[in-house]
Amino acid sequence: MRAYDLIELAGRNLREAGLRNSLTTLGIGVGVASLVAMLSLGIGLQKLATRQLGRSGLFDTIVVTSRQDSRGPRFGQSAPVVGQAKPLDDAARHSFEQIANVAEVYPNFSAVGDVRLETATGDGHFTVVGTLPPSAHTSEAFDDVQGSFFSSPNAQEAIILADFGRQLLDQPPEPRNSDVKLTSDQANQLLGKYLLVRYHEREAATDTDSHSAQVAQAAKKKAQQPDPDDLDDSDDSQSSEDTPTFNLVPRQIKLKIVGIVASEPNRGFRQGRTPLFLPLALAESLNMVQAGELWNTLRPSAAKTYIALMVRVAKNKAVPQVEDDIKKQGFSTFSIVDASKGITRFFKFLDLFLVIFGSMALAVASLGIVNTLVMAILERRREIGIMKALGASDGDVKRIFFFEAGSMGILGGMLGAGLGWMIGRIINLGTNIWLQRQEFRPENFWYVPWWLVIAALVFSVLVSLSAGLYPASRAARLDPVQALRHD
Amino acid sequence: MTANGNENESVRTVSVVRHYRLGRSIIPAVDGVSLAAGRGEFIALLGASGSGKSTLLNLIAGLDRPDSGAIVAEGSDLATMTSEQLAQYRRLVVGMVFQSFNLVPTMTLYENVELPMRFAEVRRRERRARVQEALDRVGLSDRVKHRPSEISGGEQQRAALARALVNRPKILLADEPTGNLDSRTGTEIMDLIRELNRTLEMTVIMVTHERSLAERYANRLVFLGDGKLVGELENTRLEKIGAVR
Repeated sequence: MRAYDLIELAGRNLREAGLRNSLTTLGIGVGVASLVAMLSLGIGLQKLATRQLGRSGLFDTIVVTSRQDSRGPRFGQSAPVVGQAKPLDDAARHSFEQIANVAEVYPNFSAVGDVRLETATGDGHFTVVGTLPPSAHTSEAFDDVQGSFFSSPNAQEAIILADFGRQLLDQPPEPRNSDVKLTSDQANQLLGKYLLVRYHEREAATDTDSHSAQVAQAAKKKAQQPDPDDLDDSDDSQSSEDTPTFNLVPRQIKLKIVGIVASEPNRGFRQGRTPLFLPLALAESLNMVQAGELWNTLRPSAAKTYIALMVRVAKNKAVPQVEDDIKKQGFSTFSIVDASKGITRFFKFLDLFLVIFGSMALAVASLGIVNTLVMAILERRREIGIMKALGASDGDVKRIFFFEAGSMGILGGMLGAGLGWMIGRIINLGTNIWLQRQEFRPENFWYVPWWLVIAALVFSVLVSLSAGLYPASRAARLDPVQALRHD
Repeated sequence: MTANGNENESVRTVSVVRHYRLGRSIIPAVDGVSLAAGRGEFIALLGASGSGKSTLLNLIAGLDRPDSGAIVAEGSDLATMTSEQLAQYRRLVVGMVFQSFNLVPTMTLYENVELPMRFAEVRRRERRARVQEALDRVGLSDRVKHRPSEISGGEQQRAALARALVNRPKILLADEPTGNLDSRTGTEIMDLIRELNRTLEMTVIMVTHERSLAERYANRLVFLGDGKLVGELENTRLEKIGAVR
């Protein structure tokens, strides 16, 4: 039998028992829909988790420290190897930026400052001042920012934590959860207002400096004073001249508050709580003295060095390779890429379970196909006999039934993929309404990739065809003499 | 005109046996029947119900296989054919009409007549002409779009005849073709079968229990009883009225 005859005959059979075949097809559709819905939930949740973790900066960030730096135990690095240590300076920063898959390199910046609103009187708030690189606007903290991100990489602007906002407004802190947003009224009192930040600028010390506080030199002079006649005196003064020192110059800057966030953006590996953020480039140009910079007074390095550099990798998978490259350059690194592997494994298991549960509905639906086709054999018994008497081979009869099963599979698959997608949208919508009522941020945890749609279709056809195996061979084996026997 | 030479022989059965098992007992539906039909011959199989005449017809039609013996139709032994070869034999060598017409009720007359050509893989272009020709021959060319339920019994049997001859078979097998028809319509159908027998030189083997009908149209009467061939009769009456060729 030619293909178009097969299609026509099967098609008319499907139309003849329209209601029953539609219901069977609908059954398959529901089965496929449950599979698609379950899997797209699994995939969506995995994507959500990956997105969240990615934005937390934990899984795509490598912390690089110099091997001179004895902060080892804190970051899990081995003991410093002083002999071959390389300084973590601008040259190193630049070389990291050249490594493939590196998205961004920025220092772990942490200064201290005295902050108050321009309009406020009295003492300011002594606080840690952090910075944000331009990429930080993708951080989840900015999903419900009040205000906006910095207008330019070195704008004289500030982003503050909501909790710090309450302090600035002399409001009581939230007792249980410091990550509570400000009311729009409170936010309006702060946004667009100016902060006065007092800080210290690091300035290379020169002999002619007289107006600034020469902390380091003063300290050394003090050390020289007790025994000026000592033999070692000349050596001491010699080394103090060679050791680069710097002056701390008190400065003040006026920053416009542009954004208020509930939680710390780019939390990553940052220590402690940082309530105030400046644009990274601005902070670097201000040459603010950082909290850990006392190291530089003891270290024989003329150039500016960093305590730690954050290397942000474009692709999660590239983290180990980038980490290796940096290690080869002679630096210590730390990342938690292994944890992300565990999360991937967890989602693989979750997907497997969801597939098993989703497939159950499809298995039930496939029984529907068997039932429908076996019923069709009983109903079309005489017709099958007629066809055989007119010259239809067993194979022809088998193919007609097989084609009917396959058609129901394709139609059911398409219906199911659409239905599954719709169910997903509806549940997503419903959950988001619920989340918003609970004052959570809406999330898109539903994702239907194109491969899932195709896989669902193929799977549906395969299941339907295997469900059609038994009815088709039973129809083919039907004895035409029995089938045509007079009623 | 019995078949003596092979080239003139259309169907020959040699000691054909077909038993049916019914519970523990075995019923010999056809029990060693040897019969030969020459090309263009019109044979009537007569006998009481249960005599095995329909079973013999089904064996000749290739719908059933004998337990032993041979059935040679147009030079090939059906007993040795594969089921695919048997299907091909049914679609190209024999045409069948039944007492209950056996048209597909959901198909129009056109579709019913077209159906055997689907299995024979006749090209679509050719089908239309052949359906038209077959329906013309049985006088139903104006009923192509009707469904079987919309036409009379006689018309249905005529449509079944058109379907049986659309693949231009050499043998026409008819199982009580007038059994469900009144005598006037029955006569019309029998006239049509005789006409096909004569103009297309089709061998006709017809099962009937009406001896008068057999005597009027067949040129040989074969009597079956309890699965055995109990008698054969050349239809001299037919010769007398000048109907034999």
